[in-house]
Amino acid sequence: MKFVDEFRDPQAVHRYIQAIAQTVTQPWTIMEICGGQTHSIMKYGLDQLLPPEIQLIHGPGCPVCVTPAELIDQAIALAQLPGVILCSFGDMLRVPGTTADLLSVKAQGADVRMVYSPLDALQLAQANPAKEIIFFAVGFETTAPTTAMAVYQADRLGLKNFSLLVAHVLVPPAIEAILSVPDCQIQGFLLAGHVCTVMGYGEYQAIAQTYQIPLVVTGFEPLDIVQGIYLCVQQLEAGQAEITNQYQRVVQAQGNPTAKKIVAEVFTTVPKMWRGIAEIPRSGLGLREKYQAFDASRKFKLNSGLSQLQEPSPCISGEILQGQKKPHHCPAFGNACTPEHPLGAPMVSSEGACAAYYRYGKFLAMA
Amino acid sequence: MCLAVPGKILAITGDDPLLTMGRISFGGVVREVSLAYVPEAQVGDYVIVHAGFALNLIDEAAATETLATFAEIAAFSGGKPNEIR
Ligand code: SF4
Repeated sequence: MKFVDEFRDPQAVHRYIQAIAQTVTQPWTIMEICGGQTHSIMKYGLDQLLPPEIQLIHGPGCPVCVTPAELIDQAIALAQLPGVILCSFGDMLRVPGTTADLLSVKAQGADVRMVYSPLDALQLAQANPAKEIIFFAVGFETTAPTTAMAVYQADRLGLKNFSLLVAHVLVPPAIEAILSVPDCQIQGFLLAGHVCTVMGYGEYQAIAQTYQIPLVVTGFEPLDIVQGIYLCVQQLEAGQAEITNQYQRVVQAQGNPTAKKIVAEVFTTVPKMWRGIAEIPRSGLGLREKYQAFDASRKFKLNSGLSQLQEPSPCISGEILQGQKKPHHCPAFGNACTPEHPLGAPMVSSEGACAAYYRYGKFLAMA
Repeated sequence: MCLAVPGKILAITGDDPLLTMGRISFGGVVREVSLAYVPEAQVGDYVIVHAGFALNLIDEAAATETLATFAEIAAFSGGKPNEIR
């Protein structure tokens, strides 16, 4: 397939690995922030091919994984209201809340549906005027414009039976939170190419300067990733701390102005709780005052202190999402917790670090 | 949910820029996708798609340049590639 196969050429991957090995003179720790990249790294065994000096840490870049259980409980509460159709992306339906997940609630009779796009949810609202359609909106900067457009169009259409439970999160504040931890080991970042497709990479300039750390906008194919690592290592070895763009075929410095404009029109930044991490200031999106009519938690008067009952869980997803531990360090990994019976969010989405490790058999080599 | 592969635009419909849709082929699988965020898109272009929206065009020149860099690195590292595991 064009623009895919060429970027998976194993010979070229090996040449880059060699170039990295010839450049590196000391150990370096690099975080790939994006779960899609973690998935590729595991799938193609890139971490095994790299010289031992390069240690990759998996970041919290899976929006499903960082959505707190309380928010899932709220989605479940909404789904159980009469006359409601609750829809979201497939992964989101499988993530455990405090006691259940959306699919199990569906099995008990709630109308829960999987959609591919927020526009599908909008169409459901148009097709079912007697029902309330609630879209559980999850994702980073990449999916925010798709949700924003659904809201924008719903407003233009004057739809009254469409609302959102917003769980959108933003990457730069999370990177800052990770770098602000006093004993942070991370020396370089691979930035999520798709997030930069929308937002550009201007926002990261201040982070590179403040934390004196190189950041490389990186794509998702194996060659993108090894080239991203190479560009990062070159900077680290030269003592530079800049932003480079490996993913030039898709990402421009200013991002996508049309998408940014609609996101800014519909959303404003809010503090956000990240599952297993903490609340990070300005790291989430909330609907602007003008679009409050589409806020499901207001419309249905959800009380936010819904679930304080926490079951004790062996899940160490917080440490994994911050790169302090790897999935196979979790006592539940591969036995009590598997993709079929996930105890924590990183095992649910295929981009979650635990699922990526499980799926590609990493635990066998690590055991 | 974030992995996206490039797709080729087969057809474009709609006059309102915000409601423009495209038929996109992903290596043979065809989907209807919003082109609201890529107003400059033409039939035959390649786009990156997320959650039903094309978010950017693929810049062919930049793609070719990146591939050329991959070839250059061969000259740099000289030797034969290692065995694949
Ligand atoms: S293996 Fe399962 S229980 Fe352990 S950290 Fe990962 S998701 Fe949580």
